[in-house]
Amino acid sequence: MATRTQFENSNEIGVFSKLTNSYCLVTLGASENFYSAFEQELGDSIPMAHTTIAGTRIIGRMTAGNRRGLLVPTQTTDQELQHLRNTLPDEIRIQRVEERLSALGNVVCCNDYVALVHPDVDRETEEIISDVLGVEVFRTTISGNVLVGSYCSLSNQGALVHAQTSVQDQEELSSLLQVPVVAGTVNRGSAVVGAGMVVNDYVAVTGLDTTAPELSVIESIFRLHDAHPDSISKNLRDTLIETYS
Amino acid sequence: MNYTPISHQQNSNQVATVLCCNCGTPMDGSGGLVMCYECIKLTCDITTNIPREAHISFCRNCERFLQPPTQWVHCQLESRELLAICLKRLKGLTKDIRLVDASFIWTEPHSRRIKVKLTVQGEAMPNTIIQQTFEVEYVVIAMQCADCAKSYTTHTWRAAVQIRQKVPHKRTFLYLEQLILKYNAHVDTISIQESTDGLDFFYNQKNHAVKMIDFLNSVVPIKFKKSEELISQDTHTGASTFKFTYSVEIAPICRDDLVVLPKKLARSMGDIGQFVICSKVSNSLQFLDPTTLKTCDLPASIYYRDPFMSLAEASQLVEFIILDVEPTTITKGKHVLADVQLARASDLGVNDQVYYTKTHLGAILHPGDSAMGYFIANSNYNSDLFDSLKQEYVPDVVLVKKQYARRGNRHWKLKRMAKEHKDIDAGNDYSSRQQKQEMERAERDYELFLQGLEEDAELRQGVNMYKSKAEAGDEPEYDEYGNEINLDELLDELDDMDLGEDEDMEEGNEF
Repeated sequence: MATRTQFENSNEIGVFSKLTNSYCLVTLGASENFYSAFEQELGDSIPMAHTTIAGTRIIGRMTAGNRRGLLVPTQTTDQELQHLRNTLPDEIRIQRVEERLSALGNVVCCNDYVALVHPDVDRETEEIISDVLGVEVFRTTISGNVLVGSYCSLSNQGALVHAQTSVQDQEELSSLLQVPVVAGTVNRGSAVVGAGMVVNDYVAVTGLDTTAPELSVIESIFRLHDAHPDSISKNLRDTLIETYS
Repeated sequence: MNYTPISHQQNSNQVATVLCCNCGTPMDGSGGLVMCYECIKLTCDITTNIPREAHISFCRNCERFLQPPTQWVHCQLESRELLAICLKRLKGLTKDIRLVDASFIWTEPHSRRIKVKLTVQGEAMPNTIIQQTFEVEYVVIAMQCADCAKSYTTHTWRAAVQIRQKVPHKRTFLYLEQLILKYNAHVDTISIQESTDGLDFFYNQKNHAVKMIDFLNSVVPIKFKKSEELISQDTHTGASTFKFTYSVEIAPICRDDLVVLPKKLARSMGDIGQFVICSKVSNSLQFLDPTTLKTCDLPASIYYRDPFMSLAEASQLVEFIILDVEPTTITKGKHVLADVQLARASDLGVNDQVYYTKTHLGAILHPGDSAMGYFIANSNYNSDLFDSLKQEYVPDVVLVKKQYARRGNRHWKLKRMAKEHKDIDAGNDYSSRQQKQEMERAERDYELFLQGLEEDAELRQGVNMYKSKAEAGDEPEYDEYGNEINLDELLDELDDMDLGEDEDMEEGNEF
């Protein structure tokens, strides 16, 4: 299901939280409704960590991660790192990345199989991404925007990209990601879909301003209508693809 | 309110890539639009910060609009100037909203409402510029401008200059008016009032009045007296307010006047004859003895040590017909001494009375010409100085100037100053003969003054003359001796506005 919420009067949910199939990060703040929305949707299915990254609250923009791992920028303090290691399950690898483009959430956009990255990230970073997250890495842009993490919202089911993306670009992205791609907006016409919402395979959280048509686009592209935490797709699909690849 | 969406890709045949974020209609998102035109129309309004009603101030008396903060300007209804004022009054036309078009919508003038239709462009959301048209209604609020308020208030002037000349005509003042106009000596004046025998100039500051006195001192023979009146006094600070009044008297001797000089004075000025004509008036008086062609200058300061009156003035001039001229060898400048034989114009055909006299006009007089002169032989002068003259030295006739035939219209004109007339006194009957006479006299004086200008190039130097617009086809014709004014002496009327303003002021002062 897709749900709408607000973090301290801001609609940019993707800035203040990070959602993957195996864990959820939310920032520290006084917005109890924000946490309630996540807790209500996620229940006990995945662990939820309250944290800051490098002392900032914009954790969604500072980190990149998927089911297998979490990448944090080099400015992350030891205390924060320790807290994350304590909170998240042991099988999730947490790795500091020494990358000049330290807002990893803006330059990396990944699901459990593929990652799109900013064309200028270091080769080492690229290797770390593919090792830790277990994904194939593509350097690309989204309709000319290098900040792929900001302008793309990606799950294993589908991808929502910047509204200005042409049909041709959408087709190219779709062939890279192996998921259906659609152009759209969140938060009543905002094109920064990566920052405006978070999504995993069975839940999406968007800003409170998101309109019903936007929400219906999000639900249909991410196949949230009949999705459940326990649905078969997650594990089965993993094995299936590994078999065929 | 009208919306005109502006989009560069409106006509390109692109497939729909996104859904409108508001209504879900499929649309082309590649231009950066995230909302369909209908939704933009419904939801966006870039003019919310612009008020739909505003006020402009208007002075009902002088019919000027206030251009904030303090300027009052004349503008016609539906004029560009008024539109500028209206737009300036409108708050909310900030930098992010661009004004594209503005026009008036006609309203009944008495409704005191001005309607302006504005078209603005602005960015409604990223990548989306919309154009909106709306109307603003201005309420014209009547108030009194500072100038008008001042004109209704007493005690606004701090200094006054009262100029008086005790003569029965106004020619000196007409000339003075032209001098003042030429040298812009009236710029600081807040009001000019006409009164018997002269003019009153009012000033805000004492310095301005002193400046005026200095100007007068340099152009006419004057003496002045200063007086001050205490208006208020603050004993604590020692500050007090005064009103200063300068009483200026112009010597009552004008150009072409017949003067008998006191004997002592005549002696001291190069032994000139006592019986002289005043030939020029500047800051000193110049006299000419028509029988010897001697001239002398009498500075105002010396004149006022022992003032004397003129014997006869220009209105007493009589027309004579020249019968014979015998020029002598004595010349001085343009003057040639001549013996003339003449007869009074009114005597021709009545009697054969002939007079002989000496005149300085020998160069320009010919038999048959008519000339203006004082007919002393049949005049009674009530003057001690005249009585003290030896009668055998007194000529019968003193010629002053040649009389020119005048035809056609003037092709030049003068600027006039706006004057406040004295308050109308209810006790006086102004439709009376007295008033009519006054009017006629003023007109005659002005005509004489204009003729004087035509005849004397020296006098013209102090005067700005303008080409007359109503220049008739027939050129004015004058005698060969030339009281004609060359076209290059005349100025084009560039500052038409000044005249207009004066007229308006006059209108304003009538209320």
